[in-house]
Amino acid sequence: MVTRLPDVDVVLVGFGWTGAIMAQKLTDAGMEVLALERGPWRDTPTHFPTTFAQDELRYYWRHGMFQEASQETLTFRNNRSQMALPMRRWGSFLPGNGVGGSGVHWNGQTFRFLPSDFVARSHNEERYGPLPEDMTVQDYGVTYEELEPHFDYFEKICGISGEAGNVNGEIIAGGNPFEGQRSDHYPCPPLQMTFSQDRFAASARNLGLHPFPGPAANLSQAYTNPLGMQLAPCTYCGFCEKFGCGNYSKSSPQTTIIPALMRRNNFALRTNAEVLSIERTPDGAMATGVTYVDAQGELYFQPAGMVILCAYQLQNTRLMLLSGIGAPYDPQTGQGVVGKNYCYQVMSSVDVFFEEEYTNEFVGAGALGMVVDDYNGDNFDHSGLGFIGGGYIACWTTNARPIETHPVPEGVPTWGSAWKKSVRENFLKSTSVGLHGASMAHRSNYVDLDPTYKDRWGRPLLRMTYDFTLNDRRLTAHITPVVKDIARGMGGREIKVNNRRGSYDSMPYQTTHNTGGTIMGTSPADSVVNRYCQSWDVPNLFVTGAGLFPQNAGYNPTDTVAALAYWSADAIVNQYLRAEGPLVQP
Amino acid sequence: MAPVMSRRAALKGLIMTTTALALPGVVLGREYGRGAGVPWEPGAADIPYYGTRDEGFLTEAELTTVRAIAARIIPSDEDGPGAAEADVVTFIDRQLAGFYGRGQHWYMQGPFHEGLSTQGYQSEHPPAQLYRLALPELDTYCDAQYGSRFSSLSEANQDAVLTGLDEEEITFETVSAKTFFDLIVENTIEGFFADPIYGGNRDMIGWRYVGFPGARYDYRDFVGHNGARIDLPPVSLMGGPHWTRQ
Amino acid sequence: MRNSVILAALAAAGLVAGTAQAQELAYSQVERGRYLVTAGNCAACHTDMENDGTPFAGGRGLDTPFGVIYSRNLTPDEETGIGLWSRDDFYRAMNEGVNREGQQLYPAFPYTYFTIMPREDVDAVYDYLRTLEPVRAEIPENELPLPLRFRPAVAGWKMLFFEDREFVPDPAQSDAWNRGRYLVDGPTHCGACHTGKNLLGGDREAEYLRGGTLENWFAPNIRGGENGGLAQWEIGDIVEFLRDGRARHTAPMQRMGEVVGLSTQHMTQEDLEAIAIYLKSLNDEPPQAADPITEDRVAAGRSIFFDECAACHAADGSGVPYIFAPLDGSNKLTAEDPSTVIRIILEGAQAVPTEAALGPLAMPAFDWKLSDEQIADVVSYLRQAWSNNAIAVSASDVADMRSYLEEH
Repeated sequence: MVTRLPDVDVVLVGFGWTGAIMAQKLTDAGMEVLALERGPWRDTPTHFPTTFAQDELRYYWRHGMFQEASQETLTFRNNRSQMALPMRRWGSFLPGNGVGGSGVHWNGQTFRFLPSDFVARSHNEERYGPLPEDMTVQDYGVTYEELEPHFDYFEKICGISGEAGNVNGEIIAGGNPFEGQRSDHYPCPPLQMTFSQDRFAASARNLGLHPFPGPAANLSQAYTNPLGMQLAPCTYCGFCEKFGCGNYSKSSPQTTIIPALMRRNNFALRTNAEVLSIERTPDGAMATGVTYVDAQGELYFQPAGMVILCAYQLQNTRLMLLSGIGAPYDPQTGQGVVGKNYCYQVMSSVDVFFEEEYTNEFVGAGALGMVVDDYNGDNFDHSGLGFIGGGYIACWTTNARPIETHPVPEGVPTWGSAWKKSVRENFLKSTSVGLHGASMAHRSNYVDLDPTYKDRWGRPLLRMTYDFTLNDRRLTAHITPVVKDIARGMGGREIKVNNRRGSYDSMPYQTTHNTGGTIMGTSPADSVVNRYCQSWDVPNLFVTGAGLFPQNAGYNPTDTVAALAYWSADAIVNQYLRAEGPLVQP
Repeated sequence: MAPVMSRRAALKGLIMTTTALALPGVVLGREYGRGAGVPWEPGAADIPYYGTRDEGFLTEAELTTVRAIAARIIPSDEDGPGAAEADVVTFIDRQLAGFYGRGQHWYMQGPFHEGLSTQGYQSEHPPAQLYRLALPELDTYCDAQYGSRFSSLSEANQDAVLTGLDEEEITFETVSAKTFFDLIVENTIEGFFADPIYGGNRDMIGWRYVGFPGARYDYRDFVGHNGARIDLPPVSLMGGPHWTRQ
Repeated sequence: MRNSVILAALAAAGLVAGTAQAQELAYSQVERGRYLVTAGNCAACHTDMENDGTPFAGGRGLDTPFGVIYSRNLTPDEETGIGLWSRDDFYRAMNEGVNREGQQLYPAFPYTYFTIMPREDVDAVYDYLRTLEPVRAEIPENELPLPLRFRPAVAGWKMLFFEDREFVPDPAQSDAWNRGRYLVDGPTHCGACHTGKNLLGGDREAEYLRGGTLENWFAPNIRGGENGGLAQWEIGDIVEFLRDGRARHTAPMQRMGEVVGLSTQHMTQEDLEAIAIYLKSLNDEPPQAADPITEDRVAAGRSIFFDECAACHAADGSGVPYIFAPLDGSNKLTAEDPSTVIRIILEGAQAVPTEAALGPLAMPAFDWKLSDEQIADVVSYLRQAWSNNAIAVSASDVADMRSYLEEH
């Protein structure tokens, strides 16, 4: 039996960063907003205080804050000739769960995409000629200039620590000279850099590159945000990514937005409420609400004037597919849109081992790093290179958690006495320089519903078909030597190059930057939502998250995800509420 | 079902507006917000689960074999202590007895197929069962090959057997020997370096060995180390010897 | 549908604005009463907070050293509230501590303070309470030992500790000082918590605002002059604390959090300054020098502090002003009675969210990870670290608090 609940104006599916952002703007506008979160309630003193937040086994290795694969997982294969099998436990990425979502346990690396990233197809074709036919790269339909005020606002909500490189067209020494024009500086100065960053920056400068401090959602000083929320200075404890922050020094929905919402009478949050489908009118033209199941297995229909998908990229895509909204993407014909352009991130790295000096990487923070952007996006000439896009090169000192961190030079075995000794020798004396590369859309990389495997409610799992592409391989092959050059110049005893080799492996942790599937664009023929993140098919359905990215840029996604959510919320409040209906005519 | 409002919701409501709050008419499960503010209770804390404390899973014979394997993965040698001193076997035993060993958070629905290397763990058996099936097969192999069980072999022969598992030269009947080997390597490393509250890393021996100062939360005074060593005693989630009067 | 939501939101906003304006529209009798009810924080005791009770409908159990006393229903319900009470009845209760039936009222109701309020202020309170929606709410029987259930016994207590008096301004002092003293000694009844009590629960005059124990919390010394608990606080600090719930030195938590959240944040700037001016005029005796703790306790306490507390309070004890309390010079930490600091370490505490600072900053609980001896050592170390100089605490002090909290 399905219990019908009282109507609300807006129902949010998922309550992480974008749920909090949507709730903030829509309750500001007087709407009655209800957020449904599949996971539990979480707050700082109860769930991740300084007294036990720094527990590596519990939170990383036993996935204390993540979605459990038993709740929902996905199946994976590298290509369509293989049989997709379930990811029985998480590996390469770790989807969030619970109030605050991944915003609780992110590192806090808060980059804006480049202006050219939003017009990846038109920009690159104009400069370099037509893209290969199987590269389904697209423009976003929204520009950097349109998103700029929303980037700026989110950075102020978070109190981002950084050094601007381009404020109103003025290039500022020490910042990123390649970044899009900003309307303002970062709200807080950069974090205090440590030994490894100093060496990296010196080496990069020697090579004529332009190092700048990574923009950090780890606070360099006490800060009060526009909602009156207080954030404390980061203490460099080295437990950011995969961990909640115990001393209010990392921006998260909990530390920046949620407490303000919880005081509003027109906002409510229901936890342990897993949405099963988006319901529609008999003609399918409008959403009527969502059906969800609670912790006791009871089913509810929550009617709503609007539905906004604020869950993780994988779940948003799956929910669209399960609800039958939008045509599923077919890689054979190239037709259909939902599940199209699944992208990831393409990484390589070079480890540096020192003889005398201690890097002490346990003194770290999620976004403590120096970054070089000379090889990102279209900041360099790609003529004749055979690929587009790029990535940033960075030396982050995020942590030296000992179950995870075993830096050993080339040729050391993976267990036994020699391994043990090498770990001891290098644990405190090594660092790493990484390439964080873009992932360009390819016709054969996509997600759809699995024909075999089901979740605990009997619904098909999502199926991922993904492998690295020629563009990815050429990109890393071109830029990794630069990473190597910087690393070699840092004064260590030796280096070890970790090239991008072979097929994508779903098991070793890489990054939780899964994108695409509910992409935005300029036409219903090749995108799921319009430039305001509104479904082309169901105008009172909006979608947020990195699923909107038509392809992934060479940056961490959160700043752009948040800016798109504020942009979309703005369109809902200032346009949609005045005249309900499609905001863009196809 | 839990009440709609937290116990202190009325107070929070008053603090916010100094006006009375209307209680929603229906109880819908755990609900937050509606002006009630962030809930807070004295003493509330989702404290560590300590593995499964003193519960164990493995039999005496299994413990002996696991102890012997762990001691070759992280040996005790002239360079320092290993899995034996860290009591890794106790860690593994407790982990296998808990949700981890049961694979409770893993997706364990069929059908099961042997996957490709890029597809990860595909055994139908959760970790505890995998150990239970693999350990006798390991001894069967050792018995056939060397005439005694694994724990009685010389270190050199033990290493040869483990290398055989690692390089997929030795296979088992019921489970994948390589999957088992990868798992026990992972669990041994966890047991050497996890917080001592979980039973391994006894006296923070693994942390002392590599120089990790443990479950600390403030290095502001050390960010400017500039390449010098930082000398701090390790501290567990439950403290260290320096927390007690000497 | 949306329109109705927006209307509701506007209506709610209007109510809030009305509250703020009430402070300026004091000439309106009801508004004046509402302001005094807010300043007096009547809602805190007269609302059953633990059970989501209706504001002012009473039923909150007040844990006194003599037993549990349940607050009365202040709504104008005729049977269970004060619906049948006349202005004179109400004045008599506030001024003399006697109810409509002529029975003695237990001094958990702080008429010993309200007695100095002039008739027109009390009438304004009455007029405001009459505007509340009547709520039928039966109040549980008080849980008192036999002799105290006999209300006339209270008359004897009053002979000892109660004086029916009016507020007399001191012409030698400023208007602000006199206003502050009136508020402190009357409507806001600060001494109810912050003045030490004798064994019979009466205020000890010599302990005036030197700190007092209530429900196993120690409300610290709030004398602001030389040697007082607030000696290092400026007038502006006290105003920030009471108005914003955040100050350089510390934030109001738990019981004082309720006071700031429900009451003082809604008071006028002038009144808060008046309170601060008055408190700053109260000097105190120099504290007794404490015997230093032994080196082994210093070493253990310092280690625990550095490993566990520095993440917020900073290794040098300087904290993060307005966010995490500096511990050097903290009057909460160095209070004569260490109950509050021990209790906060055991079960944590939340800085009250206010209109000005809505983040619910909280200190986590340590009861599950620190032993009695470890807490005693870290507290003792901190009470003597830097410029602090307070007497040590023992493991049994911690054990006592732990068992109290387990029972409550």
